[in-house]
Parts: sequence; structure tokens; C-alpha cells
Amino acid sequence: MSEFSTEEMTLNMGPQHPSTHGVLRFIIRADGEVMREAIPDVGYLHRSIEKIAEKVGYHGFMPYTDRVDYVCAMFTNQGWGMACEKLGNIEVPKRGEYCRVIAAEFNRLASHLLSVGSMAMDIGANTPFTHAIREREMINDLLEELCGARLTFNYMRIGGVAWDLPPGYREKALAYLDHLEPILDEYDSLISYNKIYVKRLANIGIISAQEAIDYNLVGPNLRGSGVKWDIRKDIPYSVYNEFEFDVPVGKGEWGTVGDSMDRYMVRMREMRESCKILRQALTKIPDGAVLAKVPRNFKPPAGECQIRIESGRGDMGWYAVSDGSGYPWRVHVRTGSFAAMGIINKLSRGLMIADLVTLIASLDVIAPEIDR
Amino acid sequence: MTPLEVYERVRERFPAAVVEVVEKGINPFAVIDPAAIIDVGRFLRDDPDTAMDCLSNESGVDYKDRIEVVYHLFSYRHRHGAVLKVKLPRDNPTVATAETVWKSANWMEREIFDLLGVTFEGHSDLRRLLMPEDWPGHPLRKDFVEPLEYHGISTVRDSPIIRLDAKKK
Repeated sequence: MSEFSTEEMTLNMGPQHPSTHGVLRFIIRADGEVMREAIPDVGYLHRSIEKIAEKVGYHGFMPYTDRVDYVCAMFTNQGWGMACEKLGNIEVPKRGEYCRVIAAEFNRLASHLLSVGSMAMDIGANTPFTHAIREREMINDLLEELCGARLTFNYMRIGGVAWDLPPGYREKALAYLDHLEPILDEYDSLISYNKIYVKRLANIGIISAQEAIDYNLVGPNLRGSGVKWDIRKDIPYSVYNEFEFDVPVGKGEWGTVGDSMDRYMVRMREMRESCKILRQALTKIPDGAVLAKVPRNFKPPAGECQIRIESGRGDMGWYAVSDGSGYPWRVHVRTGSFAAMGIINKLSRGLMIADLVTLIASLDVIAPEIDR
Repeated sequence: MTPLEVYERVRERFPAAVVEVVEKGINPFAVIDPAAIIDVGRFLRDDPDTAMDCLSNESGVDYKDRIEVVYHLFSYRHRHGAVLKVKLPRDNPTVATAETVWKSANWMEREIFDLLGVTFEGHSDLRRLLMPEDWPGHPLRKDFVEPLEYHGISTVRDSPIIRLDAKKK
């Protein structure tokens, strides 16, 4: 270290800290304002959801999956549903798949709005957060019409979704998209190109593509590093191969490829792609049933499967083992935030303490998803 | 490459390492000798034809008579995957860490160590990840019994319905 090195300080950040998005703790070893290391300490939200799965059976586990990631619960629903369908070899009716896509993409919009809004707030810009939350509330209203819940949806079932779209839903949803798209542009002009904001984000927490793959980063964090990879596009599941949409990647427009600004911009651009998918899904949705016939006492044959879906925080892997009984033998979910937390220690070295907040926000870490 | 072709390739390179290949099922998998898992992993990562640059998932399963550690590998370059497993004895399960091959193994192995009690030799930071450091046992083991209290904090609670009934009487 240089001649300015001073005595090392150990600081505690969290578990109750407004910028840690849940209950999350860091032990920071700092020299002045520069961090030598930030050691994440997780587990405050550990509920052992994987153990619960072994006790409550296949259908019964669905509401619990909401709690894995309550910011985008539709995806955890869908992940578990798809794992069971694969184990039991069940085909979801076409309309059910479309309902899933509509619900999931609205949820992705809500999740990204929360992410970019809270990111601005963490950095010190309070107003954009209220704007983002305002739009998110309307999505919550739409999802509430769909399933009666605003956060933990429990909308999907093994074999489809619980309820069909209510009457007039298509018009309402399309009207909302008409409203949202100009707002996204407004949001860009309000905050995305703000000089202070860009300066706080650009060149902070740079992750190279190689590193991102090595640490198993997924979703917007991986795409922010310039890797064009989206499960919806590259290993299509559900009916995603019927839609046209782009996969935005980080280009390093304001700094280096893979910095926090890139991850932020990927999320902003993904929202527009979600709007595209939603418009296509809402116009193309076929008639028919939404739920396949699945026995109440669902006993898939012994075996195991892994499925991957693109959640709001990226590739979510569900690994399920069945022993042929009515209860899963083992369920494991590997989430995006879990991988993102693994890289924070490495990225924090040499960063300013204030930039740790930027880093956590740009990786879009949701604490319950790490701990499960 | 299909997973079966990948396993065939491993078998060509390490004839003794592949214990068995299970072809039927949704995801065919190969059972690897625990002593060779890191060599196999490194070979699959570095071989340009397989190029498994990503450890997508690492998890442990307790089968009552053994513990299995499952590696879901994936290649971003070739867009194919493979599933490797090692079978470990239930008392004192130990296997070398995959952290030296894929960095993402660090946290996933800490979780397996915490919840299933598998020791990963050579791991740089093998501490409990989710449970408190002084927690007894490993919760995802099938024979785990939850202690009734932890530092004086009860882990069970009366059913609120029973409590209401008691009040009525």
C-alpha cells in the first residue's frame, strides 16, 4: 500500500440496512474509505424451503415457492411447475402457457422497475424510486386481478395456471403497456442519462465476461458483461419461441463493458423487450383450457430432472428428485442472487465504501433468494 | 454434444474414473469416482470440444445409505450440458473441492457443507453459509431432528388455534 495507508478498520453493515434489499450483512475491512474486503454474511432469511418441500408434497409446495423470491414470485411458481411437469411428463395446454408468459413478463416488468428504482434510491436519487413504484403498483393491480395477490401470487399450478384471464383483461393490459412505454422513455430522460448518476455507476464493479461465466452469474448480470445469453431465447421453454424479441447486452457505452451502468441499462432495455413479448402474447393468445388434468395425489415416477428458466434475476435452476412417492425426495433451487453474492467479496477489493451500495444494487440481489 | 457423448469422451480419457453411466431418465448422468472428479471436471472444462466453462449447479442429496454430490455442468460456447455425480459414504463424506476448476463452486459447496455435512478438501473458506455456526447437525440430512430450542429461543410454538380453545374453556 502507499504511504497514505492507515490503520485498518472493521465495519459492520447490516443486517438492518436500507440499501441491502432485505436482511443481509457485510463485514467490511476498510482502510479509510477504501475497502480491502467486504465479507458477505447471509442466512438471516433462511427458512429451509428445500426441506419444507420434502414435507408438504408436490402441490402443497407451490405457495412456498413464492417465498423463494417474493419480488418475482411468478418465476419461482413457473420453475416449480415446470420441474413437476417434466418429472410427471405432463403437457400444459397452450392457453395455460400463454397465461404463464403474460403473468411472468408482467412480473419481470415489476421486478425490473423495483430494481432500477431502488438502485436510484440507494445512490441518493429519491424521486425516481417513487416513479418506478407508481408504475409497479399498476402492475400489481393487474396481477391482483389475475390471481388475487399482489406479491406472493401462487397463480400457477402443476399443469398450467389456476385461473383464466378475467373478462376485459386483454384491453386493460394493452392499455397499461401503452401507458408504460412512454414512461420508460421518461424514466430514461429523468435518470438514466443524468450525469451524476452515470458517474456513480460507470466503471464501478467491472465484471469481465470470463469472470461472469466462471462465477456463474446469470441473467442481466451476465448480459451486462456482454454475453448474449437468455434462456428464453437460447433454450426456449414454455412458448417463448413464438415471440420476437431482442436480448440486450452491455456495450460499455459510458465506461467499460460489465460495469454497473451496463447492468442497469440492460434492465432498462429488457423492460421494453418484455413489453414487446406481452403485446404479442396478449394478441396471439389462443382459446382453450388453462390447466391440464393432474391427479390431486400427484406421484411422478422415480427420477430426477433439472430445468432452467429465465427469472427476473436470471437463469434459475430447479433440481428435483422424485422417489415415486407423493413427496419430493429432494428439491434444490439455484438462484441468480446466490451466484451474484459469491462475487461481491472479490469485486469489493479496492472499491470505496459508498460504491458497495452501488454494486449490491446493480447486481440486483434479493436476500430471501440467497437464503431460501 | 449430447450428454452421453460427453460421458463417452470422459471414459476414453479416464477409463477407470467412470463408475457407471445411467442413460435412462430425463437427464442422463455419469457417476464418477470421487478421487477423480476434479481431474474429470478440469478435462471437461479445458477440452475445446466440451468446454464446460460453467458449473451451473452443485447440490447434494441424502439417499439414506449414501450422499451424492451432483454437478450440473454447462458450456456457453457449445450450448450443451452434462450431469456428473459422486457417491460418498454417509459418515464423514469427503470430496475434493471443485472451486479450483469453477469459482462458483465456492458458495455452493459452503451450502452443501452447511446443510448436508459434506467436507470439501482444499476449499478456501469452508464455513457454514446459512445456519448459525454453532447449529447442531445438518438440516437437509434425512435423519435430522430439529432441536427444541436454540440459545433459549424455542423452535416450536403452540398452535394459535389450540391456544384460542384453551382460552374459551
